[in-house]
This record gives sequence, structure tokens and C-alpha cells, in this order.
Amino acid sequence: MNTNNNSCCSAEDKSNFSKYSESYVLTTKLTPLGFIPVISSKINFRDKLEHFKCRVSSFRNNYKIEPGLYALGTPDESSEVFVTANYKYTFDVLRKELNNFNCWILVLETGGINVWCAAGKGTFGTEELVEKIKETQLERLVSHKRLILPQLGAVGISAYEVENQSGFKVIYGPVKAEDIKSFIKNNYEAFENARRVKFPIWERIKVAPLELVPALKKFFYLSIVFLIFFGLRKEGIMFKDIYYIGLPMILLTFSALVSGAILVPVLLPFLPFRSFALKGCVTGLIAPLISLFCFSNFLLILFCWIFLPAVSSFTALLFTGTTTYTSPSGVTKELKIGLPIYIAGIVVCILILIIYKLSVLGVI
Amino acid sequence: MKYLKNVSTLEFDRNKCKKCLMCTVVCPHGVFKYENNEIKITDRDRCMECGACVNNCPYDAIKVNKGVGCAEAIIYSLLTGKEPKCGCCED
Ligand code: SF4
Ligand code: SF4
Repeated sequence: MNTNNNSCCSAEDKSNFSKYSESYVLTTKLTPLGFIPVISSKINFRDKLEHFKCRVSSFRNNYKIEPGLYALGTPDESSEVFVTANYKYTFDVLRKELNNFNCWILVLETGGINVWCAAGKGTFGTEELVEKIKETQLERLVSHKRLILPQLGAVGISAYEVENQSGFKVIYGPVKAEDIKSFIKNNYEAFENARRVKFPIWERIKVAPLELVPALKKFFYLSIVFLIFFGLRKEGIMFKDIYYIGLPMILLTFSALVSGAILVPVLLPFLPFRSFALKGCVTGLIAPLISLFCFSNFLLILFCWIFLPAVSSFTALLFTGTTTYTSPSGVTKELKIGLPIYIAGIVVCILILIIYKLSVLGVI
Repeated sequence: MKYLKNVSTLEFDRNKCKKCLMCTVVCPHGVFKYENNEIKITDRDRCMECGACVNNCPYDAIKVNKGVGCAEAIIYSLLTGKEPKCGCCED
């Protein structure tokens, strides 16, 4: 028997385990395994605030929840067991979608990362699942041998291995938690549509601005370099040059970043070519077109036509990390062709700028 | 939406397949289909090499070079020679 069942220790249990004091924990439930936290299916304001913070901190987050078993509603030994990651957002979406449902939730330790990313890394994997089944002594809690996993967990989990090692049969549920209700109604079969990963426009709009965030720091340093470089004259730093050349160049570079990081994701299926580098080149033509109205110097315009599409193209290529359909072989192919071109382009750009500066300074 | 043509390393060995249908369940892009008593690859250009089918085929009938299609991770790997490491969902 588990010693935790001792009623005199239950108060201590609560203070020892942080999972009992979280806001989504309503109470505890006495089971053959001891006390298990009973969670709410309601998402409150604090949860929503955390979701927002998860997003803006660009996937890096520490919104973890304690791994282990949770109860939702009033589950018993015949209730289903849903398996999920210990990323707070994933957990919240699941408990929200399972409202009015009596079940157990088994949370794996994935380092606070969502199911798909964690499965790709292998932390949402066969080993961790089998370990958690043994650690929690799940077979003493439920009388059946079924686990329901999100379909994307299959990237890290091998269902037949789990069954071999633990006796539990893995049933893959739908990709998205929002389809769980129809999955349950449909006798634990997901509809064809719920088995597909999609990338609809509203989702692309939601993730696109996040692509800009990591680029902003580099953009800031480049802006300072541009201001000094274009402002520099024999007489010192000239405000006039900063204003008419440095500043427009910074704005054009920013618009190239936006074409790659925002226009490409949003317009994704409407842009020509399948390659992200080429899609980025296409949207990256807007900025050099604008440059025709900003500068009259041929070298500056030439610089814009090489530099700005390259910035947009590379930024678009980085978006492959966020998409739901790019393969490593494809991205490797793009990079093997693209990287040498980008590097050559940057070398040419630096040469153009040097020639430009020398001519402005009257050296040549 | 489809990615580049003819790049996926997906391989399917029809002789090893026992038609358990697991691959048709786990693939997020519906690459495998059960039709006329036969498992078929519908459109390999849709394959993102996630490896879900390989992990879950009990009869070793599928092969793929599994990985993440993330430029940042692959640049890291090309430059350092190490395994691709994806920084976008690192904790
Ligand atoms: S999972 Fe393997 S054995 Fe089963 S249908 Fe697919 S290829 Fe055939
Ligand atoms: S590797 Fe992934 S995308 Fe490709 S066929 Fe297998 S499950 Fe489908």
C-alpha cells in the first residue's frame, strides 16, 4: 500500500508537491495510488495571461506543469487515460476540451515543450512514456490497458514498443485537442480531416510576427553601422547624409525583413515557387523598387537590388522552422544552393559599398 | 501546400507490409493510403520526414531520414557538423 494514503500526511503532501497548489487544481482525490490532484476544465484569466506570455516570449517559456497523473471530473478505474506534454498551454487546451468528461490525464516530462516539438526531440518519446507508466503504477489505477495520445506524439512514440514494454495499447487521437469531443463520440476514431496537420491563414498570421523578434537585435546593430557608414565624410559625420541615405536604407532593410518574415508566411500558398528562399526573393523585390524613389546614385540602387532581396529570402528561409510541412531534406537542399549565393551576395554588397564610399570621399 | 519536389527520403517496402494501417493513422499529411487491399504512397512530395510512420510500423516496412525541416537547425548542423539542433523550441 502507498504510505501517502495515510490521512495524517495529506496536508504535508500538499505542501511538498507544487502541483497541489496550482490554480487549476480544485481538490485531491483518494485513489489506490494515493492522492491525485483533481483539476478544473476552466481556463481563467491567469491562464490566458500565461498563454499570451508563452507566445510573445517566442516559444521559450517556463510555463511547465508538474508531470504525473491528474484527475478530471470524477474518473474511475474504467475511465480513459489521456497523455500529454508538460507545456502549460498544451495542458490547458486539453483540460478545456475535456470539460464534462471524466478521465485521467498523464503528463510526461517534456521540459515545458509542446507535443510536436518534444516528439521531434524525442523527449515526448517511448522511453519517457514507459517510464511514467511504471513510475505512476498506472496499472493499479485503471482496469483497462488503453492510453490516448495526441497523433503528433507519434513522431516520438512507437506504439508497438510501448505495448511491448508496458502492456498498454496506444490509441492515437486527433491532431488537435479541439477534435477530441468528436473523436470520443465517433468511438475513438478520428475523422480523416482531424488527422491532418494544416497551416491555415489565421495561424500563419499569428506566428508571423514572432519571426521578426529574433531578427530585430541584428537589425538594430546593422542600423547603427548604416548610420555611421553613410554619414561618414571627410568633414566628420554628416547629418544630411544620415537623413537622406542612412535613414532610408534602414527603413528599406526593415521592409525587406517584413517581406521575408511576415509577407511570405501570410501569402504562403499564393506566392510562386515551392522554395522558401525563392518566395522570399519574390516579396523581397518590393523594397528595391521603392529604393528607386529614394536614391539617384547607381551604386546605392545596385546595392539595394542585391542586398534587400537576399535579406528577405534568408528571413523567409528561416520561417521553415515554424511551418508544418517542410522536410529536412528539402531545407538542406535549399541551404546548400542558397548559402553560397547569400555569402557571395554579401561580399559583392560590401564591395559596392566600399566603391561607393571611396567615390563619395573623392578618393576615386 | 507542398514543399520541394522529389526530395523526401521516404521508402516503403510493400513485401514487408502486413497492412496493419498504422501508417495511415499517424501520418500528419496523409501520405499513406489503404486502397484496393493495398497500402499506397499517395504523394511523396507531401512527406515532411517526421518519422511518425517509421516509429509506428511494427514490421519495419518503412524507412525515412527523420529530422526537423528547420533552416536554423540545419544551418547549425552544416556549420558545426553536429546533429541539427532546433533553437526555436528550446527551453
Ligand atoms: S504500418 Fe507498416 S505494416 Fe502497417 S500498413 Fe503501414 S507499412 Fe504496412
Ligand atoms: S515521415 Fe511523416 S510525413 Fe512522411 S510519410 Fe511518414 S508520417 Fe507521413
